[in-house]
Amino acid sequence: MESTDKGIPFSNLIIIIASGILFGLGLSVSEMVNPARVLGFLNILGPWDPTLIFVMGGALTVAVPGFQYARLMHKPVLGMSFSMPGKKDLDKKLILGAVLFGIGWGLAGICPGPSLVALNAFDGRIVLFVVALLAGLLFHDKVLSS
Amino acid sequence: MTDFSFINAFSGGVMIGFAVILMWLFLGRITGISGIIGGIVMPEKGQVSWRVIFVLSLVTGGAIYPFLWGKDLSVTLDYSWPVYLVAGLLVGVGTRMGSGCTSGHGICGLARLSNRSIVATVTFIATAALTHTVFSLITA
Repeated sequence: MESTDKGIPFSNLIIIIASGILFGLGLSVSEMVNPARVLGFLNILGPWDPTLIFVMGGALTVAVPGFQYARLMHKPVLGMSFSMPGKKDLDKKLILGAVLFGIGWGLAGICPGPSLVALNAFDGRIVLFVVALLAGLLFHDKVLSS
Repeated sequence: MTDFSFINAFSGGVMIGFAVILMWLFLGRITGISGIIGGIVMPEKGQVSWRVIFVLSLVTGGAIYPFLWGKDLSVTLDYSWPVYLVAGLLVGVGTRMGSGCTSGHGICGLARLSNRSIVATVTFIATAALTHTVFSLITA
């Protein structure tokens, strides 16, 4: 990807917009945008809703071969290099972070992608969630890790 | 909710799979939503505009869904305001600390067969199920 803000090439722009729209539609079609569906999946002792498992199954059916195919490529079609996540080790931050995220996700049934798509429902509680989410991201970097 | 639809779940998942594959194969970018919005509130030079365009497109996907599928976007919220405040803060801090959320670890990371993502995904799903179960018992 271009490393300057001078402008994103038109071809890259098409990919970003197509991916964003497809992602938003996918979350809507699968109803993962609805916290009640997610909580139904997390509801292991009561009536259980398997939707989330099949959403992940559908996504991985495409994504696993896609990511494995990418290993054969020297660079992405339109980019300079693959931005591979750098960390390799299992550390305390990974586990503690996943636990904190899990508590928040389990409370409300909302994770970052669906929270943004759910803004379309025009409910103030979703707006509050998104503002708190952004504040939490900032709080981690500005307070906890400085 | 018990009116589960396999077709909707699986086809929605396939769309999400294509979305992350487009970003990886064409641009070499991991489609992790917490990372993408993190890079907007804590900007890195030259890496802001694509993230903003992606987020706007993501929201647009939800906005056009009712017109394409002829159904309302159903968002059922069961709790009062403070729950969403606390949940949002925890999700923000946790995903930043743990380097990812459901999309970055749960889809991209699992598809890359990353050890860190497998551990993170198992951890946050187990924690969320436990949290929801305990919270339901308390508020029942």
